[in-house]
Amino acid sequence: MILKNLMIAASATALMAGAASAETLRWARAGDALTLDPHSQNEGPSHTIRHQMYEPLIIRDVTGAFEPALATEWGPKADDPNVWVFKLREGVKFHDGADFNAEDVVFSFERAKQPNSDMKELIGSITEVRAVDDYTVEIVTDGPNPILPSNLTNLFILDKGWAEANNTVNVQDFEGGEITFATTNANGTGPYVLQSREPDVKTVMVRNDNYWGIDQFPMEVTEIVYTPIQNAATRVAAMLSGEVNFLQDMPVQDIDRVNGADGLMVKQAPQNRVIFFGMNQGADDIEADNVDGKNPLADVRVRQAMSMAINRDAIKQVVMRGQSQPAGMIAPPFVNGWTEAMDGESATNLEKAKELMAEAGYADGFSLRLDCPNDRYINDEGICQAAVGMLGQIGVTVNLDAKPKAQHFPLITDGKTDFYMLGWGVPTYDSEYIFNFLVHGREDDIGTWNGTGYQDDALDTKIKSLASNTDLDARNADIADIWRVVQDEALYIPIHHQVLNWGMADGVGIDVDAEDQPKVKYFTIK
Amino acid sequence: MFAYIVRRMLQSVIVLLVVGLVAFSMFRFVGDPIDNMLGQERTQADIDRLRAELGLDQPFPVQYYKFLKNAVQGNFGVSYRQGRPVSTIIAERAPATLELAFVSGFLAITMGIALGVFTAIRRQGIAANVIMTVSLIGVSLPTFLIGILLIYIFSVELDLLPSFGRGETVMIGNWSTGFLTTSGLKALILPAITLGLYQMTLIMRLVRSEMLEVLRADYVRFARARGLSDRVINFRHALKNTMVPVITITGLQLGSIIAFAIITETVFQWPGVGLLFINAIQFVDIPVMAAYLMLISVMFVSINLIVDLLYYAIDPRLRVDARAT
Repeated sequence: MILKNLMIAASATALMAGAASAETLRWARAGDALTLDPHSQNEGPSHTIRHQMYEPLIIRDVTGAFEPALATEWGPKADDPNVWVFKLREGVKFHDGADFNAEDVVFSFERAKQPNSDMKELIGSITEVRAVDDYTVEIVTDGPNPILPSNLTNLFILDKGWAEANNTVNVQDFEGGEITFATTNANGTGPYVLQSREPDVKTVMVRNDNYWGIDQFPMEVTEIVYTPIQNAATRVAAMLSGEVNFLQDMPVQDIDRVNGADGLMVKQAPQNRVIFFGMNQGADDIEADNVDGKNPLADVRVRQAMSMAINRDAIKQVVMRGQSQPAGMIAPPFVNGWTEAMDGESATNLEKAKELMAEAGYADGFSLRLDCPNDRYINDEGICQAAVGMLGQIGVTVNLDAKPKAQHFPLITDGKTDFYMLGWGVPTYDSEYIFNFLVHGREDDIGTWNGTGYQDDALDTKIKSLASNTDLDARNADIADIWRVVQDEALYIPIHHQVLNWGMADGVGIDVDAEDQPKVKYFTIK
Repeated sequence: MFAYIVRRMLQSVIVLLVVGLVAFSMFRFVGDPIDNMLGQERTQADIDRLRAELGLDQPFPVQYYKFLKNAVQGNFGVSYRQGRPVSTIIAERAPATLELAFVSGFLAITMGIALGVFTAIRRQGIAANVIMTVSLIGVSLPTFLIGILLIYIFSVELDLLPSFGRGETVMIGNWSTGFLTTSGLKALILPAITLGLYQMTLIMRLVRSEMLEVLRADYVRFARARGLSDRVINFRHALKNTMVPVITITGLQLGSIIAFAIITETVFQWPGVGLLFINAIQFVDIPVMAAYLMLISVMFVSINLIVDLLYYAIDPRLRVDARAT
């Protein structure tokens, strides 16, 4: 009886709450921001939360195109290719009422270059940032940098006066456990103002009615309540029961369920992440196979055959429940250098694959260990299991070793795996980023994720020259050439592009963006 | 008596030290935290610097020694994932877990004893048989399944109770409580049932079988022969005598309610120390894992110590033996 009364009371309050908070975005995803300090922790969920409160000079809109934020115009300086000029937006105020000007930009860039900053690698080419006048800033790089703006879309600007007044001129020492005022407080120019925050529990933000773009963007959400929910089933249940009306990190097996529920829908778009296998072709002999004194993966025919054996459509249908886009190259579709033709170079052909294996002298096949993460990418272990069966058809007996990501990735960076799964996102939207990490020969500070052992001096020189080539046509031609080599050498076996799914209740309107970075100012809500 | 206590305390300390050593030797198999802490743009120099900074380049006995040295001074280090002192984080999270454990423990004991007595007295009745059958579910279904089932029924289908979180909380000093708000109380119901169900059925079945045993005992028959009422026989004489093993089990289960809240907390996104521990494992957050494991073992060791000392106080035979030797 008591329980019944309680339940009636509970449902009554639930109904009232629902009516009163019609413009509240109740938003859930798997993880929380690690800190609010704008320059500590270069990581997805942290940036997502910051983007609501802070702004960079330039942002990407839902299509991935540049959109002016705190800068209104930008371009390389006419007489000096080493300098980019940014015109700043006038009349912008921080949440505490202070005016935004060039001084804040200079301060923020200098702060982002500090040793404790996690953003310093992205702006490593910047040598100086100077204010020309109150609303013009010049950024000097150590050589011509044609893609500088791509590195600035998560580089947030904070108020110099506020930072000085609150002792947060320095980026927090995250690993050392330092907590500064900026870790738990935020004062940006962004569309939402922080109201309260409990890490890993709940973050509440309210609309900034003085936002410069309040008439330019929908800005219909008046309050954001952000709750991380780790367990996938609970996350979906919270959406089905109406406790949240916007959901990221939707489990693929529940998409139909949510789509079929009244008043809910799932929107999707290709994500900025491609999934592929890497093969150690550089070693003379590898440890993970059963062939003595030889490395079967060093033969390009074997690599091509293995790629041909993978049936990407079957993986899409069976493992991913339709939620993937088969890939033929290891670049996401909107990245500069991606072409539809190359992305289609991945047809399954078992006959041809067997012929290539026989030509290479492995008609009877060989065995090999595949290292795979089991908690990093969507259905990662399932993809590997499917690949085991497919490669078995051409005689390659694969032993699957699936582990948590914290154990898997060190294998790649330490060169302890010969056949592995990896996924890659491209924050700069340019192929150079892929080449630097995955194609260039492995050295201390370049090619760090290239576990294939592939190294070609001529190609490395070409990759390095991309950084300072300001002739964009010539640069794009070089990018195409490098991709041709990557494709012909079958350096990697591309599997698919991940698809992003966002769940939303009726009345919440937003398009999925490839970076998985919802910016609430674009949301409509009824 | 004194020698006995000292011996038991020394044993407890050794157990703690061994738990810590085993824990530290296992951490490197959980994975490498460095990879989670630095982004994909990190260089080898970054990795080496951070590894040295955190002392992860040292062999594990050295890491363990350093941990112990700091721990005895009350410093449990800094969380790799949150970048805040572990002691602060645990203090923040403990109220949630303790409140949940308290409510589910209370439910388990009261409901368990009441149903146990009921099913023992009316063991032929239909209701008692239904309860016994249903209680099998409580014993045999895994906690996460019960939790998800409850969420499905009460949150998704009936839309009565929240599926995750603690609701609104009120701060009393440093203690955040969910007892004072409607949403906080509502949020407690499902996790408390999920966590307490196993213990409840366990206590219920224990009470029932003990009770059945006692009801067959001679003194109960004599009591009946004396013409005492059923109520007096059942509750004054029989129930009292069934409580000894129940109290032992309940004491031990109290520890496991707190320690094994991990699964319930994960299912309901309950912001307690169990959820913190799961996060720590996924991220290889060694300071948090170490502090949590030590804390839990301190708790178990103390409960066991208290139980042993209570026996000593309760059971006259132990005392006689001690005096004789």
